Amino acid sequence: MTKIIYVDHNGDERPIDAKNGETVMEVAIKNSIPGIDADCGGACACATCHVYVDGAFLEAVGAAQDMEQSMLDFAENVHDNSRLACQIVVSDALDGLKVTTPESQH
Amino acid sequence: MVLNMSADNKILILGGGQAAAQACASLRQFGYDGPIDVLADENDLPYQRPPLSKAYMKGELDRERLYFKMQDWYQNHDINLHLGCRAETIDRNARTVIASNGEAFDYHTLIIATGSRPRPLPVPGAERTNIFDLRSLADVDQIRPHMQAGQRIVIVGAGYIGLEAAAVAAQLGLNVTVIEVADRVLARVTSPVMSEFFEAEHKSHGVVIETGRKVVEFTGSVRVEGVKTSDGDVIPADLVLVGIGITPNDELARQAGIGCDNGICVDRDGRTDDPSIFAIGDCARRPLVHYQRDGRLESVHNAIEQGKLAAAAIAGKPRPSEDCPWFWSDQYDLKLQIAGLSEGFDQVEVRGEPERRKFAVFYFKSGQFLAVDAVNSPAEFLVSKKLIISGASIAPEKLRDTTLSMKDIAAEAV
Repeated sequence: MTKIIYVDHNGDERPIDAKNGETVMEVAIKNSIPGIDADCGGACACATCHVYVDGAFLEAVGAAQDMEQSMLDFAENVHDNSRLACQIVVSDALDGLKVTTPESQH
Repeated sequence: MVLNMSADNKILILGGGQAAAQACASLRQFGYDGPIDVLADENDLPYQRPPLSKAYMKGELDRERLYFKMQDWYQNHDINLHLGCRAETIDRNARTVIASNGEAFDYHTLIIATGSRPRPLPVPGAERTNIFDLRSLADVDQIRPHMQAGQRIVIVGAGYIGLEAAAVAAQLGLNVTVIEVADRVLARVTSPVMSEFFEAEHKSHGVVIETGRKVVEFTGSVRVEGVKTSDGDVIPADLVLVGIGITPNDELARQAGIGCDNGICVDRDGRTDDPSIFAIGDCARRPLVHYQRDGRLESVHNAIEQGKLAAAAIAGKPRPSEDCPWFWSDQYDLKLQIAGLSEGFDQVEVRGEPERRKFAVFYFKSGQFLAVDAVNSPAEFLVSKKLIISGASIAPEKLRDTTLSMKDIAAEAV
């Protein structure tokens, strides 16, 4: 199990045990994390699973692909550490990953 | 005002698809803490349908990843899921629903989320084996063992589901033929420009597309062996998929005397003409606020949105915002994203080049911007969605100019 920590816009943390191979979005949905709607079910088609990745994990998470980057270009309140949770696959390297949900998604 | 939080506020949900699952999650999120019972005629936990004709059919997605929530989530949130249990009748006077197992479920508020079912193709031979619908997880579990390289698959219907299945089958090495009665693929849902593009794309992957042909018979003995068309040809087949559209499951509501018109008629909150009964998802006919008309939407966006709208109304929360209708389709490495409803368009503008597999078709009616079909063009999709919600329009000729970014174009919208 890999621990993923979901942080809401108030700073409240919810640590979740995630299975490797699932996406950070799927783990959030199965655990009813507020602020991650994932309306398209992970097809990279809606940008409703926008999260901010903790600086310490930016390298491990890696950069966004073209389609994801284009979706992010038009999302609200995008920062340098913005990613779509549906495109981040859980692995050992992400143990302890913190992702924060934007206020606009609440 | 009823303060008793037990029997007086029971919610019963009929159906176990995406709208029902969303209503469950949203009701709890919005603070409703009374009893929730869900009657679902399928045997699986509520699951996502879109991957059925895409990644799941291709074998790239585990079954468990289709489920919105696992079993323990329902238990932990005190939601009683009755799987394999179908609602048979609604007795509005007694506020009771009788289920297929004879059990009676009473309710204070009823949410009908019964979805839709595949339209049957009533031709001789339709009862032969190896002929499948493509709607449920059970359907696809039956289809998948047949999806072997070299098998001959005939797909009846060139809508999104049929074409997605054709793409998967071609990629798995099957010999694929698609038969469509209209004179072009996707005829009901898009413009000739898009139809031509997708037809060419499938042909380049070896798919045979037969448009303007009507299926009149499935030939064979026990198992289907061929698909006969009105011009007398028989196309050999090892298996057949039929995807010719869906019909809303509104019969329960009809029989109970609730107003229906190709779907159960509801208001913006999903409420029917009986104030204690809501209808959401594929089975509901709802106000399309950005288009000043009513309509039925068959989409994930609609299932989620109406699930939230009904839950908010029931829990006494403010109405969530209503998004512009949107859809998507994945075929090969193409991502098609659709924002808005193009029905009734009288003008199209193409931005980008179809030959480069990155372009968008914009639809207008009397100069008013209606919708976009965007192929590998997320900026066009997302900007259009915002414009439709705001009611702004864009100058068609600006769209042709690809030296202007979508952000520039949006800034000039009025």
